[in-house]
Amino acid sequence: MHPIRKKRLTIILFLLAGVSVAVGLTTYALRQNINLFYDPSQIAEGEAPVDVRIRAGGMVEEGSVIRDPESLRVEFKITDFTSSVLMEYTGILPDLFAEGQGVVAMGRLDSNGRFVADQVLAKHDENYMSPEVNEALEKAAGKRAAISDAQGEAAASY
Amino acid sequence: MWQIFHKLGSPKWFFGIASTLMPWLLWVGVALLVAGLGWGLAFAPQDYLQGNSYRIIFIHVPSAFLAQSVYIMMAVAGLVTLVWRMKLADVFVKAVAPVGAVLTFLALFTGAVWGKPTWGTWWIWDARLTSMLILLFLYFGVIALGAAISDEKSSARAVAVLVLVGVVNIPIIKYSVEWWNTLHQPATFKLTEKPSMPAEMWVPLLLSVLGLYLIFGWLACLRMQTEILVREGRTRWVQQLVQARGD
Repeated sequence: MHPIRKKRLTIILFLLAGVSVAVGLTTYALRQNINLFYDPSQIAEGEAPVDVRIRAGGMVEEGSVIRDPESLRVEFKITDFTSSVLMEYTGILPDLFAEGQGVVAMGRLDSNGRFVADQVLAKHDENYMSPEVNEALEKAAGKRAAISDAQGEAAASY
Repeated sequence: MWQIFHKLGSPKWFFGIASTLMPWLLWVGVALLVAGLGWGLAFAPQDYLQGNSYRIIFIHVPSAFLAQSVYIMMAVAGLVTLVWRMKLADVFVKAVAPVGAVLTFLALFTGAVWGKPTWGTWWIWDARLTSMLILLFLYFGVIALGAAISDEKSSARAVAVLVLVGVVNIPIIKYSVEWWNTLHQPATFKLTEKPSMPAEMWVPLLLSVLGLYLIFGWLACLRMQTEILVREGRTRWVQQLVQARGD
């Protein structure tokens, strides 16, 4: 390669490396701002500020959804399988909201560690399945649960 | 090897090669895209959770995928412009930047249309969506900067520097869903693992991606040819070509 071209190439590579390091350090320093939401463990450890509008995200705990029959108020727990946070929301939930599905909620954490949400968004995961496959999977899971119940073990507990 | 590389820099040589390649790129691309989209939109099974609304991925994923790879190609061309001062590399950058911008817009738009019923919102400032918006603005910047400087050589260098600096955004888009908490789901396709999607879904998706790639290739050739004709209008071979076509 021609020496001038070699020199130009070196300069460009240095430029690219410099820009990458700068952007890398910036995004690293701002990581908590870039994170869209706090997960339940962070809230449990007190990392999330109280009474400030924040987002919290996690999976809706199985069997934790309590709907108020008189109004649109819903109570549920979100979990990341180490800690869970109690959430309260009044309004229409997205279609994909269900137990075992991911959600991201916007709202305030009160001093009792309860999250009062004013917006709940469903978080879709990266798995796609046809309905038949899902049915078959659920059937298989049900059978397994029945067997383990018969053996006196708690089914699918966490 | 260097000989081919330098030959590639000749606009005349490229013009001829592009003319023979273009029909293949176009028709194979259209066939793949029609097959992929037809299969995906009409025959692929529904998703167990989202029902039919997931079918937008057959447009969303190819355009998002291509929007990023077009930018990477532009960055490589920018490097060639700066190091080897090859005119054709700049022709490529100028020709494909608007195509990349349209693809990025399409990815953002289809994502928003899907996001409303699935997430419950059109837009959220999470890392994936924001970095993709930055990519759109980078494309706009490249187009605007290229058009703002009338001198061909300085325009080529300025644009190349912008494209190269902006390439830092590409790994951020790619890994945003792993480095940070985002509403956007992580990648369904990983190099090392099986896709978490049945074959009746990912095969048509793959066909659409390949088809869109080829159609992009055709469009890039077409737009580069036009740009070459404009720039080399005074040379003899262009005038001969125009005369031959005119008869």
